[in-house]
Amino acid sequence: MDLFETFFNLEVLARSFPMLLKGLWLTLELGAASILAGLVLGLALCMMRLYAVSPVRILTRIYIDVFRSIPLLVLLIIVYYALPFIGVRLSPFVSAMTALTMVSGAYTAEIFRSGIEAIPKGQFEAAAALGLGHRQTMVDVILPQSIRMVIPPLTNNSINVVKDTALASVVAMPDLLKQATQAQALAANPSPLIGAAAIYLAFLLPLVLLVSRLERRLSRGKA
Amino acid sequence: MPGYISIRNLQKYYGHYHALRGIDLEIARGEVVCVVGPSGSGKSTLIRCINRLEDFSTESAIHVDSVPVLPGANLAKVRAEVGMVFQSFNLFPHLTVRQNIMLAPRRVRGTSKTAAAAQADQLLARVGLASQAEKYPSGLSGGQQQRVAIARALAMEPQVLLFDEPTSALDPEMVGEVLDVMRDLAQTGVTMVVVTHEMGFARQVADRVIFMDGGEVIESAPPAEFFSAPRETRTRNFLHAVLDH
Ligand SMILES: Nc1ncnc2c1ncn2[C@@H]1O[C@H](COP(=O)(O)OP(=O)(O)OP(=O)(O)O)[C@@H](O)[C@H]1O
Ligand SMILES: [Mg+2]
Repeated sequence: MDLFETFFNLEVLARSFPMLLKGLWLTLELGAASILAGLVLGLALCMMRLYAVSPVRILTRIYIDVFRSIPLLVLLIIVYYALPFIGVRLSPFVSAMTALTMVSGAYTAEIFRSGIEAIPKGQFEAAAALGLGHRQTMVDVILPQSIRMVIPPLTNNSINVVKDTALASVVAMPDLLKQATQAQALAANPSPLIGAAAIYLAFLLPLVLLVSRLERRLSRGKA
Repeated sequence: MPGYISIRNLQKYYGHYHALRGIDLEIARGEVVCVVGPSGSGKSTLIRCINRLEDFSTESAIHVDSVPVLPGANLAKVRAEVGMVFQSFNLFPHLTVRQNIMLAPRRVRGTSKTAAAAQADQLLARVGLASQAEKYPSGLSGGQQQRVAIARALAMEPQVLLFDEPTSALDPEMVGEVLDVMRDLAQTGVTMVVVTHEMGFARQVADRVIFMDGGEVIESAPPAEFFSAPRETRTRNFLHAVLDH
């Protein structure tokens, strides 16, 4: 059998394309929702990690470390297959989004923290000396400066989240990968899988390149 | 009678290090006080306690205009009345010069945008930077940045201005422009506490010069007396060292 016919069967690809598109749409939805929720969770965790009273600070730190350590697949399976034993039954989409958000939030919190800690102490002092409160200092002085610095690592994290959405196929969510494996089974041909890989690349490769460019620009700005 | 700024038994520890050893100081309204002394003597620590950028022990008390400088709700009030100018300027790099000056009036006093902008432009004119409002701090020289920092502090219309070596980070040719602005300020009746190595400035502008060493106030006298007839040996040694070159 011809290798090209096997992996790049255009007819099979064309036939499975609508399925792949549907999967892509779900993948993007899941990715975007988890990234956004992860940003909100991450900012909240970061503020607690840095500024809450000490017991909350310690708990937040434990959360962050635990969720950066646990394999996402394990977490996902716990959320989807273990929670029903205590009566919590979540749809595949919500399960996947919950797991992705919990982990993304932990990473995002650490990214925000590094961005805040990179701001010189004098900026906090100048704001305090002017009579700005903690919240105003954060919103008007610190975070706008941190954001520039954390855009490359946040984009990196977003890339990881989108990649990790593929794990949702194990909880029967019809995402891009799941659709591709189904199309492959239907056609008895692996071309849809290659198609899915190409679609992932088409979305994520530009982002990877963008991060490199941003990082280069930021490091030049510092010099 | 307690002064406008009243410092009683100020004790400051950094861990086990005793940085301020019981400072008592009364500063009158409108007085210009220059604080001099060797490196590590506690000058910065002293003025940073006045707006409580540094915490100090509970046995100590600082009042500004009779308001105790304690953590909590009062602190914002005190800080709004007490402006500070830092050695390293600490302008906000993501804001333009005008926005730097407008920020605190807008957020703390609730001044309208137009009023804050007009005030910023007025202050910029006063420090000789009328044409620089749209620039970002990184586009200014050190001397210009420090003048913006002074304008930023003035925007809160403070009763007290604290300066921590405002000219020490500047190239020599820019020291004069900043000292000139400070000299003008001293005429306006604002209370000033200036940590400085500029003995000429202290001699001409200060109402009183304070010499610190080892976390204590060693001598406090009007400049004429301080520079020509210091009472303490440590003051004399210090003046010898700094005035001889
Ligand atoms: N954050 C800190 N932690 C520990 N020790 C400190 C801290 N800040 C200051 N010190 C110590 O306290 C003492 C007084 O410091 P301070 O900065 O007030 O001196 P200074 O008179 O302003 O000196 P300089 O002329 O060098 O600015 C110094 O011995 C310094 O090492
Ligand atoms: Mg100092």
